[in-house]
This record gives sequence, C-alpha cells and structure tokens, in this order.
Amino acid sequence: MTKTDTAHTAAARAEAAPLLEARDLSVAFTQNGVTQTAVDRISFQIAPGETLALVGESGSGKSVSALSAVKLLPYPAASHPSGEILFKGENVLTADEKALRRIRGNEISMIFQEPMTSLNPLHTVERQVAEMLKIHRGMSDSAARARVLELLHQVGIREPEQRLQSYPHQLSGGQRQRVMIAMALANEPDLLIADEPTTALDVTVQAQILQLLKDLQRETGMAMLFITHDLGIVRKIADRVCVMTGGKIVETGPVAEIFDNPQHSYTRHLLAAEPKGAPPVSDTSRPVVVEAEDVKVWFPVKRGFLRRTVDHIKAVDGIDVTVREGQTLGIVGESGSGKTTLGLALLRMISSTGRIRFEGNEIQDRSWRDMRPLRRDMQVVFQDPFGSLSPRMSVADIVGEGLGVHFPGLSLDERDRKVAAALEEVGLDATTRFRYPHEFSGGQRQRISIARAMVLEPKFVMLDEPTSALDMSVQAQVVDLLRDLQKRHGLAYLFISHDLKVVRALANDVIVMRAGKVVEAGSADAVFDAPETEYTKALMAAAFRLETVDAGVVSE
Amino acid sequence: MEHRLTENGSAASASRADNPPPRRGWLSPINRRRLTNFAANRRGFWSLWIFLVLFGLSLVSELLVNDRPIIAVYKGEVLAPVLFDYPEEKFGGFLAVTDYRDPFIQEEINANGWMLWPPVRYSYRTVNNEIPVPAPAPPSWMLDKQERCVRYPLGAEDPNCVMGNWNWLGTDDQGRDVVARLVYGFRISVLFGLALTLASSVVGIAAGAVQGYYGGWVDLLFQRFIEIWTAIPTLYLILIVSSVLIPGFWTLFTILLAFSWVALVGVVRAEFLRARNFEYVTAARALGVGNRTIMWRHMLPNAMVATLTFMPFILNGSISTLTALDFLGFGLPPGSASLGELLAQGKNNLQAPWLGITGFIVISTMLSLLIFIGEAVRDAFDPRKSFA
Repeated sequence: MTKTDTAHTAAARAEAAPLLEARDLSVAFTQNGVTQTAVDRISFQIAPGETLALVGESGSGKSVSALSAVKLLPYPAASHPSGEILFKGENVLTADEKALRRIRGNEISMIFQEPMTSLNPLHTVERQVAEMLKIHRGMSDSAARARVLELLHQVGIREPEQRLQSYPHQLSGGQRQRVMIAMALANEPDLLIADEPTTALDVTVQAQILQLLKDLQRETGMAMLFITHDLGIVRKIADRVCVMTGGKIVETGPVAEIFDNPQHSYTRHLLAAEPKGAPPVSDTSRPVVVEAEDVKVWFPVKRGFLRRTVDHIKAVDGIDVTVREGQTLGIVGESGSGKTTLGLALLRMISSTGRIRFEGNEIQDRSWRDMRPLRRDMQVVFQDPFGSLSPRMSVADIVGEGLGVHFPGLSLDERDRKVAAALEEVGLDATTRFRYPHEFSGGQRQRISIARAMVLEPKFVMLDEPTSALDMSVQAQVVDLLRDLQKRHGLAYLFISHDLKVVRALANDVIVMRAGKVVEAGSADAVFDAPETEYTKALMAAAFRLETVDAGVVSE
Repeated sequence: MEHRLTENGSAASASRADNPPPRRGWLSPINRRRLTNFAANRRGFWSLWIFLVLFGLSLVSELLVNDRPIIAVYKGEVLAPVLFDYPEEKFGGFLAVTDYRDPFIQEEINANGWMLWPPVRYSYRTVNNEIPVPAPAPPSWMLDKQERCVRYPLGAEDPNCVMGNWNWLGTDDQGRDVVARLVYGFRISVLFGLALTLASSVVGIAAGAVQGYYGGWVDLLFQRFIEIWTAIPTLYLILIVSSVLIPGFWTLFTILLAFSWVALVGVVRAEFLRARNFEYVTAARALGVGNRTIMWRHMLPNAMVATLTFMPFILNGSISTLTALDFLGFGLPPGSASLGELLAQGKNNLQAPWLGITGFIVISTMLSLLIFIGEAVRDAFDPRKSFA
C-alpha cells in the first residue's frame, strides 16, 4: 500500500477485519513453455460492506486478480508464484474444490461484462436464477420460484411474473444484466465481484445499473470488488480505489483522495486522459460534401407461408443529413438506434430510399459499379480495430489495397512510398509496415485503419465508433489524431458514437437518434448545453454525470 | 501483448519511409508458423514422409517392378526396354512386342550382351507360367527351392529360378504377381484420389464461395439444386453408366466428380456467409475492391482452414470409392491393377489368405497415413495455434 489514511472511515474499516485480503498475490501464465507474469505481487483488502474499485487499462491484470479470488483462472496454465488470498481468514488458493464450490456463487458471486454470453441461451430466466438456489440452498421448486420472483423484483425488472419464462435473447441488454445481478444476489453473498458490468451497455442503462448496484449494496450490506476502466464510474460508486498497470498496483487510497491528489504519474496520466480539445467551428459557407434528404432504411419483416411482408423494421426512418468540408457531424444514440445503418446508407453500402448527394452528384441511383470511382472520396473507419483488418495481410498490403484499385497506374515503388507516408501521418513507424495486424495494439490497429482510409485522400470519412473499443488514454490520442487530420486535409467527418464525451470533442453539429428517427438536431453547443427534449437530457445526465432520470424516457 | 498496449504515437519519426522492405521468404510468417506446427506433430510429419516415399517409389514403379529389363546391351547397341517397345525380330523372334521373360530371348541377349532386370520381374499383367501349384500360388518364401523351381525347364538349376522371379506375396488366381499388382494399384488409387479430390475441391469451393458471397436468390436456388442433385443415388448411377460405357479412368473420374463436388460446398458456403459480415470485408467493399478480389484475397483464406480439414477425408473417400467399385467389378477395366480387385480375389479365394491379408494391410495403411497427415494439417491451420 502506498497510502493509508487511518482517519478515513473506509480505510479504518478495512484494517479492522478485512473480508477479503490479497497478500503479495502474483499470477503467471505459462504457454508453450514461456511464463509471463500477469499480476506481480499485489496486495489489497476489502472490508465488509465496502466497495473497492480496481482500475486499469486493458491488460493491466485487473480481471485476472479478481478471478483469482474465486480461483477461476484456467489452471494449470495459470499459477500463483507467490501470495495468498484470504477470504474470511481462509486461503482460497489452497482450498479444495469442495470448499471453493461453497464459496463460489454463495459467499462470493460474480457478474460479468457481457450479459448475453454469461447467461445460458437455452435456459429460461427462472431456471437460471433458481439453479443457484437449488444448488446452494437445496430449495424446492415452489420455494425457489418465490425467491426468484422476489429477486427479480429487487433488481428492478418490471412484471417479473411475465419474465420468468423468458429466454435471454428476449430481454434487452439492461434486463439481462439485471438477471445476472439477480443470480449473483440469490444467495445473499458477502462479496460481489463485478467485472466491468456496464461496459457493454448503453450510457443510460449503465447509469441505471450502477444505481441499482448501489441501492442493493445499501440494502444487503455486501462488499463489492468493482473492476472497471472508467474513472467516472469509480468516482460514482467506489469507496476506495486501487490503480493497476502492468500487473502492479501503483496507487491505493480513498476515492476522493486519489481523484483530488493523485500521487503516481500513471494515475495522473489516467485522470488526464479524457478526450480534450474543441471541435471545428461551424461555418455554413463551406461547401457541402454530403447531403441527404429523407433517408430511409426499412428491413421487411416477413411472415407466413408465402413470406409476405407484414411489417418493416424502420432502422432509419426519414433523416436529413448535411456534412460540410472541414466540419464534423456527430450522430449519437443508444445501440440499436440506427446510427451505423444511416452511415452505411450514406456510403451506399446498403440500399436505402431518399436522396443522397455527394459533392452535388446524385448517388442514390448509382449501381455498385458506378459507385466504385467515388469510393476513393468517401471512406470509412470501423469500430473494432481487431475485426476490421484482415489477419492474413501485412499492414502494407492492407493500406495499399485501395491504391491498387483506384490508382492502378502506380508503380510498386510509388505505392509503397504512399503507404509509408500515410502510416507516418497517422503516427506509426513506417518500418513496421511489413508486419501483420496481430502484432499491433488496439490503438495502433485503429491508426492502421485510419491510414487505410487516408491514403486515398478522401473528402468524406465516416467514423463508426472509432474510439469505442480503445482504452481511455489511447482514445484521447486517436481523437487528437482525427482532429489533426481533419484540419490538415479539410475532411468532412460523419462521426458516429454513443460516447458523448468523444462527440463533444469532435463534432460541431449533432444529431441525436432514437429508433431510427431524429430526436434532436442542431449545433453541438446547443444540443449539449441546452438540450430540449427529455430524451436528450436523460442521455446527457447519464453520459456526463452517470445519473438516472425518471423511468419512461429512456430504455431499460 | 499487454506490454504493447501503451501507445506512443509520437515515437514515429519522419523520413523512415525510404527503408527497403525486409526480405520476405516465400512463406509468410503465419505459414512458417503453420509449417513448424505441422512438423511438431510427429505422427503426421512421419506419415507424410512415409507416404511421400511410397508414392514417389510407386511413381517410378516401372523401374522397380516390371517384366522388362531396365537396360539391355545387345550386339553393342544400348536398349531401354522399359521406355521403348522393341519388336522381337530384333532378337530373332517373330512377335510384335518382345517378351523378355521368354528363355529364348534371354539366352539370345545374354549371349550377345547383357541386361539389367528390375528387382521384381513381373508387371501387373504378367502371368507367371512357372508357378509350382495351381494359382493362386503362395508366396515363394513359403516353399523350398526344389518346390519353387519345379516348373522351370531345368528345375533348381534353371537360370530363371532366382530371387527376381520370386512371388514375394504369392500370386492371384490368374497367376499374376501380387507385389506387382499392389505397387501399380497403389499408384493408380492415389493418383485417382488426388485428382478427384483436387477437382472436386476446386469445383466445390467455387460453388460454395459464390453461394456464400452473393447469398439471396443465388444461394437459395443453388442450395435447392444441390439438394435434388445429392438425392440421386450415386452408386446406382455408376452401376448403370458402367454397364453402358466401358469404365475407364476418366469415365469413372467424371462420374464421381459430378457427385463429389458437393461435399465441400456446405462448409465453404458457411465460411463465406460468416466472412461476408467481417468488418475487413466491409472495409474492402468500402475501398471499392472488386467482388472477385474480395472473395479470393479476403474470404478464401478463411474458408481454406475448413476446407483443408475436410480434404483428407475426401481423399480417403475417393480412394475407398474406387476400391469399392473395383471390388464390385464396376471400376477400372478388367486387367487393370487395382486394390479393390485384389480384395475381391481375396474374398473369392479364402484358401489363399495372402490375397486378402495383403490387400487389407495395404489399403488400411494407406488410408491411415493420409488421415494422420490430414489431422496434422488441420492442427497446423488451427488459428488458435498459429496466432499463439
């Protein structure tokens, strides 16, 4: 521990009688005879009723540390070269399977990041939750059902009787996470380990889930080990924080102290890593690059023997868009609101109705072949830096592929020079261009994606959540890079994101979408500072302050 | 990978663009890793070598197992009977093609020069007229010298009663040497299997790729067509066709190909349907890359792993189909060297166990080797291993 403040109540409680204590814990993974240390001699403790947050970027070892507490790592590939984990004075690492089964799901329970994959898709809600009760409590069917109903009610699922027979795919992401929490709470655990429980959720739902966890903690008095990369959440929910990087805890202390007076340089780096800077100034005199009117993308719903179209899913339902040179239009909304679909429709990657003009030319009726010459002017950067690069092509081939299509006359040498220049421009070392994507980190891969778009010198770039899969500090760098490129080349951006902080830093105009329709549109300043609709207000509250607004405005 | 996650965007300095590309071998790093993985699977690796040696030897079986000398010098002229047909007149006979096993011809050549015989002096069609017992004759090493040479004109002293004329694995019911028939049969089985596998893979991958990539109506119609097509009973059709046409290598090949290409369509189609939604495929479409290039460069490599997993089984299937047809008598034309025919003879001549046992051992060894190789290839292409 680098810091102990005995005056602080939380810390005092922690020292009195820790519920869970990790002493000098190390975790190593052995693969192909090579041993790598993931966690390097860390110590932390959690007092009953306390919330401890483990904060760090991806790969810092925070999840691995938490999984060690219930001994859920893939042994024997994983090993503990040193240390012990004491839960109520019992060393978990040396406990036998029987003792572990008693602890897992009963005294310590967990919730995970992805509620879809953590729930068994073939079991109903009732069966999933009741399983915990039957195994650990030996409850009868009817007793278990009563308890399940009580739990579902407790985690705020409306009309729980109706939901008992639902399967996970019939629930929304937020509801699934609530079911997960109900399962975790089923046996009134003493410690709840929450591993990024809100990362996969929309901001509005995230705020609700955080509120729920807080309320539940107050009611039941359980302790929480909260793993997250989001400092905003930490400030909202935790009593104490451990900052982790490279498998080490670099700083520990009460939340207020860490945020107000960070000691370690890494903590300061994390705190400073919010996307900063101002978007380009709105200027209606700049030429319009992309203009669209009444864009609609309707997917037919077909039913019956003759597959007649009985209804449409209106992914995008009549939206007008104008993007000017050197300006950024931000599209925000929850998942499923049709943001990406709109972007793909504007690029004519999926079919749509309505008018789309690119630099004054009608492109709505162009065939795929006729669109091809325009592709070099309209480019796209995708969300997932791991999925958007072909794992079997070298970086030079990936970036150079578009050149081969649009500049077939280039010699190999010229093409290589252009590729190298594009890589340098996005801040990558051009000598690495013969490597393969898996040798790069997430942020570097996103830079490669950007280079692939930029090498064609486009006029319009659609950025589909380009920062969502990145760590906070990398996110800020990518935002800076994008803004820099825009300034240098006068690019028109369509920036799609659910992360309002990033949109704030990049977009000068904003469209708020919900269920395919525009909720609110206007200049970024107006929308962010003085939102008019209830929905936008709720979105802002959730995104910037992690607060929930009255039910009914946002989805569950 | 963790240590690389700390980003340092400013590290890249300018003017490094002129560095020449590092020399890349003929194998990409991924393929090199796959090769290492393949070699690490000892069973598959050794199976491959054993198979390659056997296959290589069978390709030159004319030099090893033949009823003609490899080389002969006659009256100062160097002859290669393996490669050329010399009329018997050349040696004072009257037949159109020389029978070098004829003692008269042998005496004539040896008197005026010399000749070099292959280790086994029978071809797959050669009938051994000197077998001591009615065909099928047991392996020569089961008999003593007197017995073995009893049918030769000079008995045990006959110059032709030598190791080269042994029937190492006996003869079949027409007095043909089993070793010779095995060697040639192995060759034709493997060649047939390889050719059929390659051809049906090419057709199957192309068909699957088109269906998976375009989807929609193309997919729907093609799939229904395949369902109808596969409902045709292949074996009956082959039986009917081979009773009309004389079944040769290429006739059989064409008929079997017409039905075997569907094996891979499902897998490749599924892989393409999956890959169609990959972001890097969308990215390539956004770049304006053509459909064929996308299919070839971005999507086919994904399908190759699944395809290669199935290939050894298709190869084995092809070989066993040919063997089965030969066994039933509807395969290659009568007289061809064929493993299936050997099995049929084994079945008909239970008093001559060397026929059935030999056929069984050779076929099972061949199929096992191919399966071992296939398993190793599949493991080597396992993405979880190649990116480890």
